[in-house]
Amino acid sequence: MNPGDKQMSPEEAVGRIESGMTVGIGGWGSRRKPMALVRALLRSPVTDLTVVSYGGPDVGLLAAAGKVRKLVAAFATLDSIPLEPHFRAARERGDLELVELDEAMFMWGLTAAVHRLPFMPVRAGLGSDVMTVNPGLRTVTSPYEDGEELVAVPSLRLDAALVHLNRADAHGNGQYLGPDPYFDDLFCEAAEAAYVSCERVVDSAEFADAGSPQTLLVKRHSVTGVIETPNGAHFTSCAPDYGRDEAFQRAYAKAAADPGAWREFTERFLTGDEDAYQTAVAAFAKEGA
Amino acid sequence: MSTVTRAEYCVVACAEAWRGDGEVLAAPMGTVPRIGAQLARLTFAPDLLLTDGEAMLLGTEPGVVEGWLPYRQHLSLVSGGKRHVMMGASQLDRHGNQNISCIGDWKRPRRQLLGVRGAPVNTLNNPTSYWVPRHSPRVFVERVDMVCGVGYDRAAAAGPSATRYHRIPCVVTDLAVLDFATPDRTMRVRSLHPGVTAQQVREATGFALDIADGVPYTREPTGAELRLIREVIDPEGLREREVPA
Repeated sequence: MNPGDKQMSPEEAVGRIESGMTVGIGGWGSRRKPMALVRALLRSPVTDLTVVSYGGPDVGLLAAAGKVRKLVAAFATLDSIPLEPHFRAARERGDLELVELDEAMFMWGLTAAVHRLPFMPVRAGLGSDVMTVNPGLRTVTSPYEDGEELVAVPSLRLDAALVHLNRADAHGNGQYLGPDPYFDDLFCEAAEAAYVSCERVVDSAEFADAGSPQTLLVKRHSVTGVIETPNGAHFTSCAPDYGRDEAFQRAYAKAAADPGAWREFTERFLTGDEDAYQTAVAAFAKEGA
Repeated sequence: MSTVTRAEYCVVACAEAWRGDGEVLAAPMGTVPRIGAQLARLTFAPDLLLTDGEAMLLGTEPGVVEGWLPYRQHLSLVSGGKRHVMMGASQLDRHGNQNISCIGDWKRPRRQLLGVRGAPVNTLNNPTSYWVPRHSPRVFVERVDMVCGVGYDRAAAAGPSATRYHRIPCVVTDLAVLDFATPDRTMRVRSLHPGVTAQQVREATGFALDIADGVPYTREPTGAELRLIREVIDPEGLREREVPA
C-alpha cells in the first residue's frame, strides 16, 4: 500500500483556510512564491488573515484585496523593484497592522514553532525599535554564568502554510531545484496544515534523477495537500524552471500605483481562475514580444 | 589613465572598509560597494568570501562557484560574526543609528520603505558599515524615525549583550569617509574625497559634524586598481550611474 494521495485543486486547498487564521507563505521577496494559491485566496471569501511572510507580491496582492488584518514580516519587496507598492500603500493608509520583526528573529520564531518551543533566545533586536514597535516582545536572561540578556522571540505557530516547490509527489514530498530552499520546510513544519503547490507532480521514483537527496526539502508528514500548478509561482522566480517575469512585474508595479490602472489589471488578470490567469499572462507576453 | 572620478574614489573607499578582515563574507549592498568588495578581494584582501547576490559563493576565477550559502546559513554566518556587511541607509544619525523601514510615524508612515530587514541582527552581530550614495541632510539627520541598525548610543543603553559584538567600522558617502573613532562614539570625518571641501560636507549633513583641520583626503587608487575597476570589474561603468560625476 502507498501513502495517501493528497492532490487537490487550489480551490480545495484554499477552501480549508478560514477567515481569521494565521497563514504562513513561503519563498522570499519575489522568489518562488506560491502565487497560484495566493490567487485562489484572492478569489475566496476568506478575510481577516494574519499573514506571516518574507514578503513579496503575495503580501501586496492580499493587502490590496483587503484580506490581511495583520502582517508579520521583516520586509516586503519585489527584489528588482525595491519597494512593494501595495504593501507601501496599505501601510501609508494605516490599514495594516504590522508586526515588524528582523529577518533572523523571524527565522527563529518559525524554528521555535517547529520545535514546539514558546520562544528562542536571540541577540537581534536589542537596542533597535523592533522592541519599541512590538511592546509585547520580552527579553530573557541566560541562566548560565554569562548572564546575558537576550530577546525571547515568540514562536510563530501557523494555522496553515502555503509554499511552492519545483516538484512534489502525490503524498506530499517536495523537491526544490533552485539555489535556495528559503524557509519553506520550516513554514510547513510550523503549520497545522501545509499546502504545497508545485510545477509538476511526479512519481517519487523521479526525484533521484532531478536532484541530489538534499533537494528533498519538504517531507510528507508535514504536508496536508499537494497542488499541481504549472507556472504557479508566476510572476515570481522559480529557478530553474523559469526566472522572474520582469516585464509582468513592472506592469504589476505600475498598475498598483494608480487605482484606475489597478482596476484594469485586476479585471484582466485576477477575476478568472488560474487557467484564465495563465491564458491572460500568455497573451500579455505575446504583446511584448 | 584619465582623471579619477568621484565614483572611483568611492569604490576605493568601500574596498578599504574590508581591509584586514580576513576570511569573512564581504556583503556589499549597492553597486559601488559591490565593486569595492570585488576590488578588495582581487588586491589586498584575497581571503574574502563573496556571493553572487543569491546563494552562491563565487570563486576568484570567473564562473567558478566555490560554495553555497542559502539564507538560513547566511543568517548563522551573521550571528557567528564571520561577515562584514555594508548596508544602505535612508536615514543615519550621529551615533550610527540607521533607518530603512519607514519615514514619519511608524504607526502610519508618511512613506513606507523596505522594513527593518536584517539591520537589527546585522548591527548586533557582525561589523556593519554603511554606504550613502548621496550625502544629504535628508539622510544625515538629527534623529532617525525608526532605529533599524543600532547605533553606539542605543547599543550602550541596551546593555552588554548589545555591545558585545557591535561595531560600525565606517560610513562611505559620495563626499567623504566617516567613522566613530571619537571619545563619545559620535560620527566624525575620517577623510574627504579629493575635490570635496569640509564646508560641503557640513552643509550636506543635518547635524553638527566635527571636521578636524587638516583632515586627510581619501587615498588615490593605484594604476592597477583603476585598471581592475575599469576593465575587469565594471567595464559597463555602472559605478558612474550610482555616483554621477
